[in-house]
Amino acid sequence: MAGMSLGSIIIPGRALLGNPVPLDRPWFYDDVSKKKEMADVALNSARSKGATYTDVRIGRYLNQFVVTREDKVENIVNTESYGIGIRVLANGSWGFAATDKMDRDSIAKAAELAVAIAKENSRLLSEPVQLAPQKGYGEVSWKTPIKKNAFDVPIKEKADLLLSVNDAAMKGGANYVNSILFLVNEQKYFASSDGSYIDQDVHRIWPTFTITKIDEKSGKFETRDALSSPVGRGYEYVIPNAADKIKTPQATLYKNSYDMLEDAREGTRQVIEKMAAKSVEPGKYDLVLDPTNLYLTIHESVGHPSELDRVLGYEANYAGTSFLTLDKWKSGKFNFGSKLVNIKADKTEVGTLGAVGYDDEGVGTKQWDIIKDGILVNYQVIRDQAHILGLKESQGCCYADNWSSVQFQRMPNISLQPGTQKMSPQDIIKNVEKGIYIIGNSSYSIDQQRYNFQFSGQMFYEIKNGKIVGMLKDVAYQANTQEFWNACSAIADKSDYRSGGSFFDGKGQPGQVSAVSHGSSTARFNGINVINTARKI
Amino acid sequence: MAIYSKEEAQKLLKKVLAYSKADECEVSLSGDASGNIRYALNAVSTAGDISTLSLAVSSTYGKKSGTATINEFDDASLEKVVRRSEELAQLAPENPEYMPLPGPQEFKDAITYVPATAAMTPDTRAVAVATSIKVAEDAKLEAAGFLENSTSFYAILNSKGMFAYNTDTNVNFTITMRNAQGTGSGYAARGYNDIGKLDTYSATKIAAQKATGSVDAKALEPGKYTVILEPVAATYMMENMFRSLDARSADEGRSFMSKPGGGNRIVDRLMDEKVTIYSDPFHPELPAATWSRDGIPLEKMNWIEKGVVKNLSYSRFWAQKKNVQPVPFPSNIIMEGGDASLEDLIKSTEKGILVSRLWYIRMVDPQTLLLTGLTRDGTFYIENGQIKFPVKNFRFNESPVIMLNNVEALGKPERSISVESYRSYLVPPMKIRDFTFTSLSDAV
Repeated sequence: MAGMSLGSIIIPGRALLGNPVPLDRPWFYDDVSKKKEMADVALNSARSKGATYTDVRIGRYLNQFVVTREDKVENIVNTESYGIGIRVLANGSWGFAATDKMDRDSIAKAAELAVAIAKENSRLLSEPVQLAPQKGYGEVSWKTPIKKNAFDVPIKEKADLLLSVNDAAMKGGANYVNSILFLVNEQKYFASSDGSYIDQDVHRIWPTFTITKIDEKSGKFETRDALSSPVGRGYEYVIPNAADKIKTPQATLYKNSYDMLEDAREGTRQVIEKMAAKSVEPGKYDLVLDPTNLYLTIHESVGHPSELDRVLGYEANYAGTSFLTLDKWKSGKFNFGSKLVNIKADKTEVGTLGAVGYDDEGVGTKQWDIIKDGILVNYQVIRDQAHILGLKESQGCCYADNWSSVQFQRMPNISLQPGTQKMSPQDIIKNVEKGIYIIGNSSYSIDQQRYNFQFSGQMFYEIKNGKIVGMLKDVAYQANTQEFWNACSAIADKSDYRSGGSFFDGKGQPGQVSAVSHGSSTARFNGINVINTARKI
Repeated sequence: MAIYSKEEAQKLLKKVLAYSKADECEVSLSGDASGNIRYALNAVSTAGDISTLSLAVSSTYGKKSGTATINEFDDASLEKVVRRSEELAQLAPENPEYMPLPGPQEFKDAITYVPATAAMTPDTRAVAVATSIKVAEDAKLEAAGFLENSTSFYAILNSKGMFAYNTDTNVNFTITMRNAQGTGSGYAARGYNDIGKLDTYSATKIAAQKATGSVDAKALEPGKYTVILEPVAATYMMENMFRSLDARSADEGRSFMSKPGGGNRIVDRLMDEKVTIYSDPFHPELPAATWSRDGIPLEKMNWIEKGVVKNLSYSRFWAQKKNVQPVPFPSNIIMEGGDASLEDLIKSTEKGILVSRLWYIRMVDPQTLLLTGLTRDGTFYIENGQIKFPVKNFRFNESPVIMLNNVEALGKPERSISVESYRSYLVPPMKIRDFTFTSLSDAV
């Protein structure tokens, strides 16, 4: 990808052209017409200085954290950041500048600076940037389809929820419990010289806890983390709904909403059970992986290696490269997994962390195949990468974690498609002779080309001759990515399909984080190496 | 202007504090001015200068607290952030663990700011990177690297009159060299307060040497091996442990520092007697902040002394509960070593594996601090005191506590950075027996 040169500069300052700050409301939205006015200042300034393409992102980024332990609220924090980032193409090269000075002159100067940086960077170019065409959308908007804005819910209600969760755990016999509610609102306005003015209001929420059980005499302890997921939803996610629950003999699992109190009660019983669980005998097992575990394996072993910038070597010094090299894709025959394995990239699925209307370079979002019937068929690309794969348009995977960060290729939701035959997790388990059923995620690690990984979990149930016979502990599974996905022998149907995700997928230098979801149904993997992780110090 | 002087910071913080109506209020201002240049495939890919300034306000009524932050600095925004923190505090339940804010304190000045680093420009960064790319081109290798310098400050003022200010400079350089076939890879990482100490040429030469030397790696069976960890590998291996030197979690029974039967392991011998780990904000090789964020002066402090646990950090709340003096979390970590060079450690090894770098380390079991991760960018078999051939990368499952019980020899400490947090440490290369590799990786 020769020619992807970027520069950036940020100038801090004070707001003039923005809205007057209302003191009486905790949260507010900036006026769209004001944002358009500011964006036009940047677009016109950049064009007059010689930019052939410009995009502008005006962002107000809000977070709220409610942090508790046992019967105490440890911290309540609101954070807010506001500013503008301007990216231009000039002389075939990228330039970027950002400022939190929101007056007309400062914005115009930032745009000029972006052009100057692009021109400076063009001296180092071997090949100009090739930007896939993108039609302008005019003035449009998109909002995460939330039912209840979590920022509008009184702090007391949120604190009370967490304290009731902690109380349930303590009454159930836990020694300690930590719980947290984490809210995100990205108010993003995008404008480009293609003629797009896109106003987006993105919401995310993550309720989670860790319950700890101690045996003081032996000095042993175990923990059980929440089976929730960070999601692209409003406060409705923490309002329990019986229709979203999957009841299994081992645990209650959650789809589009989460019953935090119920999970705390069950989790407390389970962490006590973990204390007395049998230490695993290392060896080969057939693994039955719940989506609360499998999502992270998908993220690390499918999501990251199919990022095109990694494949090409642009992340070599930090996150690494990828074993999914272009020759494997070009062959059309690379056996990534068994024929059951179909993996899609997606930026549209309701409730997921990756869902937006448009990406951070103004491309409408969509869905596409990465692995089709076990074969590698595509990657994840943005506008200046599309030509490398012979594509005529971007796949809409561009994201920046702040107005002050330059946008680049980030992972869309990457999800394993459910099986087409009617099959439940219990149907899968009853066919396993010697196996382990794993729920929840814990330790995770994978090499820099994504061959060798090791994952653990929250709960491990031993399967013998089709039946669950008890709980295990000290379990971690190790595999080679291609061997693992070729060992996939069963996938439950869509009635079991659920998403897990992360708020903090890290990439780039300087580092940026991104939120992403991964869906799947429960799946079986034959003959996977399991190690025992117990040690003495 | 993201970097405020002590006087400028104090003036702004006083202005913010004047808006406060709460019983207690703490305001803090942090700023960072950094510049970076990133390259891959022997060409610059991104470059930039970033300045950020952020204000945080924590208000407390009785024992009810709330915190709000903002990056807008007009008067209305300053008042808004104070009111918002007060509103949160009034809505919050009481926190019985809330500790009253400390009064005025005396803090010594840190030696963390180096004007030459603060004065770095895009040009000086470009020259340093051009030197690195030239090494790659001459060696017919592909360079991917990142150079970043930053100047930061942090200032706190509270309603009891405590004011603290610190400013520092930092420069980090990381370089990965690979051959075009993707069969060899090498790495080097450097971090300093002072740009004058950074030599991108020699760091890149080392990465190039490892890239060329790691081609045609042979597979060894996983198992227990004597390993020599270079400082960048040892640092990353121990960083989790450094972060876990906390008395409360130990006393609560949920840490590797917990004692069976209750309490913590202070005074217990937990590691080999060659192991001494301490903090010293005035160490000339690794200067650091001289005060903690909860307003306590930082001084030299031993954590592990000849293998014995000497101290754990105590928050102000936990110290009061346990009737001891608070021990602030340190601003730096230093591990003592010997005089041996890396070459000396190799020469004294009959059979072993030289580990250049570790990668993607994650906690497997907090009870024992068992970690997993992989070797990367140059792993070599040693026999009779010489490097014999490159070997394929391994996954390990090992605890730094077990590792520090199996110390054969320590070399001369050198400044090194964690490849995940980019924090700097002073750590020796170390020879460790019975290090546990559990599988092989095909990754290069």
